[in-house]
Amino acid sequence: MSSTELTDLDAAELGRRLAGGEVSSVEATRAYLDRIEAEDGAVGAYLHVDGETALQRAAAVDAARAAGEELGPLAGLPVALKDVFVTEGVPTTSGSKILEGWRPPYDATVARRLKDAGTVLLGKTNMDEFAMGSSTENSAYRVTRNPWDLARIPGGSSGGSSAAVAGGLAPWALGTDTGGSIRQPAAVTGLVGHKPTYGSVSRYGLIAFSSSLDQAGPMARTVLDAAVLHEAIGGHDPRDSTSIDAPSPPLAECARRGATGDLKGLRVGVVRELGGEGHTDGYEEGVLARMAEAVQLIEGMGAEVREVSCPSFDLALPAYYLIAPSEASSNLARFEGMRFGIRVADDGRHDLDEVMALTREQGFGPEVKRRIILGTYALSAGYYDAYYGQAQKVRTLITRDFTAAFADVDVLISPTTPSVAFPIGSRVDDPLAMYAADLCTLPASLAGLPATSVPCGLSEGLPVGLQIMAPALADDRCYSLAAAVEAALDSARGHRLLDELPTRAGATGGAA
Amino acid sequence: MTTTPDRLVDFDEVLTRYEPVIGLETHVELGTASKMFCGCSTTFGADPNTQTCPVCLGLPGSLPVANAAAVEHTIRIGLALGCRIATWSRFARKNYFYPDIPKGFQTSQYDEPLCTAGHLDVEVDGETYRVEIERVHLEEDTGKNLHVGGATGRIHGADHSLVDFNRAGIPLVEIVTRPIPGTGAKAPEVARAYVTELREIVQALGASDVRMEQGSLRCDVNTSLAPIGSLEWGTRTETKNVNSLRSVERSVRYEMRRQAAVLDAEGRVLQETRHFHEDTGSTSPGRSKEEATDYRYFPEPDLVPLAPDAAWVEKLGADLPELPAARRARLMEEWGLSATEMAWLVNADALGLVTDTVAAGASPADARKWWLGELARRANDAGVELTQLAVTPAQVAELTALLADGTINDQLARQTLDGVLAGEGGPKQVVEARGLAVMGESDELVAAVEAAIAGAPDVVEKVRGGKVQALGALVGAVMKTTRGKADAATVKRMLEERVVGS
Repeated sequence: MSSTELTDLDAAELGRRLAGGEVSSVEATRAYLDRIEAEDGAVGAYLHVDGETALQRAAAVDAARAAGEELGPLAGLPVALKDVFVTEGVPTTSGSKILEGWRPPYDATVARRLKDAGTVLLGKTNMDEFAMGSSTENSAYRVTRNPWDLARIPGGSSGGSSAAVAGGLAPWALGTDTGGSIRQPAAVTGLVGHKPTYGSVSRYGLIAFSSSLDQAGPMARTVLDAAVLHEAIGGHDPRDSTSIDAPSPPLAECARRGATGDLKGLRVGVVRELGGEGHTDGYEEGVLARMAEAVQLIEGMGAEVREVSCPSFDLALPAYYLIAPSEASSNLARFEGMRFGIRVADDGRHDLDEVMALTREQGFGPEVKRRIILGTYALSAGYYDAYYGQAQKVRTLITRDFTAAFADVDVLISPTTPSVAFPIGSRVDDPLAMYAADLCTLPASLAGLPATSVPCGLSEGLPVGLQIMAPALADDRCYSLAAAVEAALDSARGHRLLDELPTRAGATGGAA
Repeated sequence: MTTTPDRLVDFDEVLTRYEPVIGLETHVELGTASKMFCGCSTTFGADPNTQTCPVCLGLPGSLPVANAAAVEHTIRIGLALGCRIATWSRFARKNYFYPDIPKGFQTSQYDEPLCTAGHLDVEVDGETYRVEIERVHLEEDTGKNLHVGGATGRIHGADHSLVDFNRAGIPLVEIVTRPIPGTGAKAPEVARAYVTELREIVQALGASDVRMEQGSLRCDVNTSLAPIGSLEWGTRTETKNVNSLRSVERSVRYEMRRQAAVLDAEGRVLQETRHFHEDTGSTSPGRSKEEATDYRYFPEPDLVPLAPDAAWVEKLGADLPELPAARRARLMEEWGLSATEMAWLVNADALGLVTDTVAAGASPADARKWWLGELARRANDAGVELTQLAVTPAQVAELTALLADGTINDQLARQTLDGVLAGEGGPKQVVEARGLAVMGESDELVAAVEAAIAGAPDVVEKVRGGKVQALGALVGAVMKTTRGKADAATVKRMLEERVVGS
């Protein structure tokens, strides 16, 4: 089997072959490392790859399997982690110069859980600096390109992970989502991405951007893969006080059942404020068209679809851009050059305050500085009530809108993001245009609710994502509906959406 | 650092023109086994940076988990101070940059503290002063900076600085009083009495070892003066980290005298933090608070709110141990002390020492006599707190026992104490090693007695002639040759036997 064929398999299929002994972990790992070697120069998905260590771990799993040891379903499967996750002994930068050279002394809980499950870490993926951005252009290190069109962005902030998984440089990956940073990159690269209920996946070892919003979650090629990866990282963690100590619903099982496509009795709400009537400004026609088709598809499978109004969602963007920068301004205060990362101007001629200031001046990029300044201002005495306080009230209103909506429907749907992947460089000088990419994903973030992006077709040859939102701890509903949509579209199409990737189509001799 | 010495007004004169208002912020390091937000040990004195982890070092990605025992201690302190215990309380981030706060913020409490609105009554010279407690809240301690080189030990002028994060994250309870007016000339003593009483309470609760010299109890003392009769209070200064009871009193006294001189000269007291200097008893300017630091407090999103269960709080209240005021009342009764006598004990910071000495077997009268007399004198001479003397209550009890059974006399007891304080061991050891025991009717004493008789035939004649009081000269001679080690009564009897005769 060629490298390309191996790396085309979804994770579930690769796992089956590993378990059945048809493929070794070393072979699978080497196949991915080969493709990274050959193609990542153009894609730019990774910040750090350590092939030797990966192959050693893969060999250890193979040896354990050969010795007849009882292994979990993920054993030997390669995985990529967004560089926001702290990994013991492995460089971790959060996409920032200020952490250049830092090798953490500990593992994030989710990294540890994946390690314990026997997965093989391929490397750390690129991201917008400190997860601030929607295009990965804010990385301090490199540009990441969308495998569907190398001139376009892969989304962000988890753009390294989306590009890697879509581009065949990792079978699946972890991202983090603060305002849409899993869902939006998944949408624009044709992947499935899920932001779990806030508190259902540990944040311990996740370099904080906005503590009350950050959630880690899976990015994968299929709904089932995403559910399996989610199950592997989820569950209570005593090291995270905001971690929910409650049993999680069986997600992979819901994904499998959902793929049968029977949606009878499911009540689905289409959010008017997210691309509906009177709210289409900024939404691309192609995106709205795919959305409308998805609604028809869902109705056709027996679901009862109605429009739902959530008026407070219009306030989500301004509220988010007060809360997230406020928390970030405090979370990023620890980066002052004293204990880790770079230190600037420690030459005996600058005093303490100057060393800290110069370290931050040179260590942080412009978007990070912009948000620190914004957040510092919003928390200042005399402004707190008007900004941070008001934004928290909006958050409550948004949560109430969701609660009211979920009294009538089981899930809510919307486009994941108003446009397809935009050209690299097209929005870098316009922060507000960049922020608009998160318009649809912000409400669920602010309310701490689970939401999935699942591909629902192409527009102008580029992927469009459908967002499915559910009540807290009902992540299973997202996976069920996403699986139904995925199965119906795959079957209508006759192949997976990712098979239409131009690079892949080229590699396999062209799409029919 | 050279500064012109402050002009000072005589203390009594200050009170002819001004009224002081004081206020105290007291930090108590809790005696929990682990830190506030991680599992690191809190043991004092470990090698620098050996009791740290990703959480208390503030490494990227780490998260706090609140220490339940620390929350319980804080609530118990609040209950002992008669506070209202919050049913809903949150931690908040206090944001500022300094190398000893690893996260760039201190996790503290702001507008939702665990305990509010309590009070503590303290007694000074038979008068009771009610100190209102504004709040009791829980936070984490900072790391400790060591500035190497330079004369002052402060960062300015230092060659380089080191930070020890062992202390970072140790749970710290902050107890804040409301402004305390109306204490007049007693302001310095009220301040001291308040800290003393608070310390006793925290100790009785077992919440902390409250050792000021190790920094597990630290005081910031606010002082302001206003002209007598003024409707407004004056501008206050905040003297930071006053680390002994004596210093609390001295710092108030000094600030009153200094501020009076400033006001007398029509000057303006600056709102600032000041450093207290143990050696001179003076304060010097620190950070100006005129341009107030904006700490940008906001609720800590990494921690869930605390909602102490009412029944649990009630149980904590019911299970509080005997508090110092009640204990003093009981001991006054048991030991037969007057209120004034008890006040002396408390003011001398000797109540605990005397209680422990009595517990070790001494009579209350003996224990009080030693701690308030000889030992207090020695502490004063050495310029240290009574509790800092190198003698334990058990050793004092041993000393009184040796006196009671006649092994030593008063003079020998003082010499024994010299040895104990010099680190030569316990009283028995010192008596033995220095040979301080009272002489029995040993050969040596018989020889000394007979030598005295032989050496003073004229005195012997006088005694035999009926002038019995002349025997005193012979007793003195024997005591001199034995260098005070003989028992005077024994010597007298031996002389009588030999001179007056059988």
